Amino acid sequence: MSNEILEQFANREYKWGFVSDVESESLPPGLNEEVVRIISEKKGEPEWMLEWRLRALRHLARMQEPTWHNVRYAPVDLQSIVYYSAPKRRPKLNSLEEADPELLRTFEKLGIPLEEQKILAGVAVDAVFDSVSVATTFKEKLASLGIVFCSMSEAIREHPDLVRQYLGSVVPYSDNYYATLNSAVFSDGSFVYVPKGVRCPMELSTYFRINAENTGQFERTLIVADEGAYVSYLEGCTAPMRDENQLHAAVVELVALDGATIKYSTVQNWYPGDKDGNGGIYNFVTKRGRAMRDAKITWTQVETGSAITWKYPSVILQGDNSVGEFYSVALTANRQQADTGTKMVHIGKNTKSTIVSKGISAGFGQNTYRGLVRVNPGADYARNYSQCDSMLMGDKCGAHTFPYIDVRNPTAIVEHEASTSKIGEDQIFYCNQRGISTEDAVNMIVSGFCKEVFRELPMEFAVEAQRLLGVSLEGSVG
Amino acid sequence: MLKISNLHASVEDKKILKGIDLQVNAGEVHAIMGPNGSGKSTLAQVLAGRDAYEVTEGSVEFLGQDLLEMAPEERAREGLFLAFQYPVEIPGVSNAYFLRSAVNAVRKHRGEPELDAIQFGKYIREKMKLLDLDPSLLNRSVNEGFSGGEKKRNEIFHMAVMEPKLCVLDETDSGLDIDALKIVADGVNALRSPDRGILVVTHYQRLLNYIVPDFVHVLVDGRIVKSGDKNLALELEEKGYGWLEAEAAARA
Ligand SMILES: Nc1ncnc2c1ncn2[C@@H]1O[C@H](COP(=O)(O)OP(=O)(O)OP(=O)(O)O)[C@@H](O)[C@H]1O
Ligand SMILES: [Mg+2]
Repeated sequence: MSNEILEQFANREYKWGFVSDVESESLPPGLNEEVVRIISEKKGEPEWMLEWRLRALRHLARMQEPTWHNVRYAPVDLQSIVYYSAPKRRPKLNSLEEADPELLRTFEKLGIPLEEQKILAGVAVDAVFDSVSVATTFKEKLASLGIVFCSMSEAIREHPDLVRQYLGSVVPYSDNYYATLNSAVFSDGSFVYVPKGVRCPMELSTYFRINAENTGQFERTLIVADEGAYVSYLEGCTAPMRDENQLHAAVVELVALDGATIKYSTVQNWYPGDKDGNGGIYNFVTKRGRAMRDAKITWTQVETGSAITWKYPSVILQGDNSVGEFYSVALTANRQQADTGTKMVHIGKNTKSTIVSKGISAGFGQNTYRGLVRVNPGADYARNYSQCDSMLMGDKCGAHTFPYIDVRNPTAIVEHEASTSKIGEDQIFYCNQRGISTEDAVNMIVSGFCKEVFRELPMEFAVEAQRLLGVSLEGSVG
Repeated sequence: MLKISNLHASVEDKKILKGIDLQVNAGEVHAIMGPNGSGKSTLAQVLAGRDAYEVTEGSVEFLGQDLLEMAPEERAREGLFLAFQYPVEIPGVSNAYFLRSAVNAVRKHRGEPELDAIQFGKYIREKMKLLDLDPSLLNRSVNEGFSGGEKKRNEIFHMAVMEPKLCVLDETDSGLDIDALKIVADGVNALRSPDRGILVVTHYQRLLNYIVPDFVHVLVDGRIVKSGDKNLALELEEKGYGWLEAEAAARA
């Protein structure tokens, strides 16, 4: 949509007025200052937070929707989106029998335990599975180590100094169109703080966070690992997420202070739309980390969902000897489109980055790798190794690679390798001849192709990711 | 156990098999010889169910069933094994994992419980001895970076592990040095049994010194032009295929 219209809307008086009625669950669609004020007010945010949101909104009015990426979709109308709905629970079901049978079949294929299926499908589980007490024990243990793990809303209220210090420090509100939109209207997300020298003893996952349901379409996550700290964070879950919200614009910021390590793993399986590409989710995400001296940030992602994915988890290698890693599997089947990759910005000396990207395209899927490796003048002896492999299934899909390399220091060593392979009929036949079904053969071949990435995922997550690829590819090879 | 009758097959409208008749009974070893391009691999692939080849005429019965009606994986599960002339590489999938999936697919088909990693480990260690296989090949990706000889030996190893009822070996001897040839032949001989049929496709008589066949058939231009016992192989070694090709041409 054009700036003009947006500005017009931003300046217009909000004719529905302030909705203070507690009964009222959501605002009418539309984006303007009033809406941002309401969001902030509803969440009981301090003044500085509101100010920040408003700065973002004003900035947004001067921005253009980006068009440089290699994906096609109908323009997103920001005025048709509802920006606030009270923590709306999905309609509670009384038992699994009431859930969508297709959803249940997928759960079964994924091997998700029955109790978890209930939670994911939205069955009232309080009596069956005491998730609250699990979460409570979990929280107590973390608290005893001084680790903060809570929703972003809670963090803004309970830990305002930390949030104020780091929010926007890696992805400023003015960063890019969708990040700016997110800054103005973000709904909720996760906040993690691990104090100096503390090693977080368990994988942190939103799964254990109370209130994790329906964080909304504008998720905002901030993870801070103080000096020498370690944390591994798992985002998402492998179950198919149904959501009426078409546009998802999340922001994730990671701050790894001196000597800290952050591992951030994602398995994303949002609704990709039907076979013809109708109704899927647009997933436009900004993920970035800043690594200080001797710090390390690892992004691992398995992306199989969404109609359109647009995301570049990046690392700013600010401190000397810092390390950035990016391991990615992106699968596009049917009409899915993905434009994903990473940016590694080398600023400190002896900084090291590794990029391993595996793109799988099936059906009419279009898969684009876009990566930037930049070595600044001061980044003596920086090193990068990039490997981008694409696998094609069938001849109607596509794989594209755009590696940008910008080296401004003569001592840097940058290596790039790329390959494209077709899943071979001969490979499938070979498996068939050993008694292995075509479906299992495809799973096996694809998993083999993705091995270097799966290896980086926590164990159970890797198993789920592998199953998920299988489910997503079902019927792709006839 | 295998009865091929008047089998015709073509690829991309090119006729390759032009009426093959062949019967293999349990306990027998048959060798199929013939010049390059005569259709030996095609026959092997058609038996295994490769769909690039179109069967235009004839029938194949395997253990009382219509083989041509079965999907490739069903044929394998029913006990038909093909050792490939050009074994395929599967990057990132370990040989051991691949084989366990294969064995379990067969066990499942038979209604037997699947083997877990530990049980399977025990089972294949026995089989490894048979082929004198470097244990590291188990953990490496299927055929990836294997030498030519290692690939062929790996095929026979797969065969030993899968314990098929009918073994079809396509040019398993090519690319093997003499020591490897003996090892492979020993492996095959160890699998000889009264309830197993073996069909060996080869170019050279050399392999047949080690795997002594009960019958030898010569394939020329898509037809079996001569059958005999192991002495036929010796004769071919001496005279080449020229005289049979000339005879076949004269008849056509
Ligand atoms: N997929 C294919 N497409 C086109 N032609 C094919 C195909 N497969 C086989 N052919 C042809 O069919 C003929 C028989 O091939 P086949 O591989 O069966 O011979 P062979 O007897 O195994 O030869 P060799 O001794 O060289 O292994 C050859 O002329 C070959 O070029
Ligand atoms: Mg051949």
